[in-house]
Amino acid sequence: MNSVGEACTELKREYDQCFNSWFSEKFLKGDRSGDPCTETFKKYQRCVQKAIKEKDIPIDGVEFMGPIKDKPES
Amino acid sequence: MSTLKQMSANAKTYPLLRDFCLYVDMGRYFHSEIDIKSPWHQVLAAFWRRYPNPYSTHVLTEDVLYREVTPSNHLLSRRLLTKTNRLPGWAEHVFPRHMARAVYVLEDSIVDPHAHTLITKTWNLNHNKLMTVVERCLFEEDRSRPSWTKLSREAWISSAIYGLARPIQEFGLSRFKTNQAKAMKGLEYTLSKIQTETPPHLLGDESSEKHKPLPPQATPTATQKPEQFI
Repeated sequence: MNSVGEACTELKREYDQCFNSWFSEKFLKGDRSGDPCTETFKKYQRCVQKAIKEKDIPIDGVEFMGPIKDKPES
Repeated sequence: MSTLKQMSANAKTYPLLRDFCLYVDMGRYFHSEIDIKSPWHQVLAAFWRRYPNPYSTHVLTEDVLYREVTPSNHLLSRRLLTKTNRLPGWAEHVFPRHMARAVYVLEDSIVDPHAHTLITKTWNLNHNKLMTVVERCLFEEDRSRPSWTKLSREAWISSAIYGLARPIQEFGLSRFKTNQAKAMKGLEYTLSKIQTETPPHLLGDESSEKHKPLPPQATPTATQKPEQFI
């Protein structure tokens, strides 16, 4: 699957692979030994956040689990 | 991201369904209950890996923007999706400039690995005046049948366009039903892939003594009820 930042797709794949492994083999099995994906995530995020700013995607300040106050602006 | 960190402290208080009633003052409502014949841990693995699949050609990009394991061991995530904005012919005529931009969709989720629940909230960030669709899903292990997972899906569809809100909402509801059927097929497709990848003895369902992977089946248990919201 492609990233919204064309240059970020490979970094995204690397992170997704790390996460999927950790999620099924550690997190769901109650292993709290820590997240091995922090570094890959940081590299991926540096790339994707830049792409989001360039494309003006309105994600800033959006509350977790959705807006619960006013109607979203168009 | 600091905003999300502050708010994740409140993640235990799941927004009540009625919170969305505060701003959706007119619109259409959708609800369905589906039984998935796969264990919860596999459904969750499939949930993260479901794109791309043969039924998701309208999903153009997918990115994880945030992940956090809270002190109470809940996994919070935020994903950004971009989707094509397919409107019916008459709407393309009326709203040509909306066709130029894809739809940005946020999907926030909370995994509770103890209660075996996944709650997701998905909504569009743009084209909101034309139509806003908010979807809430709850995936939970079927306690009476641990090799099954229950999915409860709700959606609120509203439009603020003067004079055209009703046909737009009807179109939105119809498109939502089509998309949720595709979403189920996409999830089943991914579940099949996961189950054929995993050696039978590692399928990991403690209650299962079978050695063959279970083919995932989604069985609707109740008819979908598109109720008029007002």
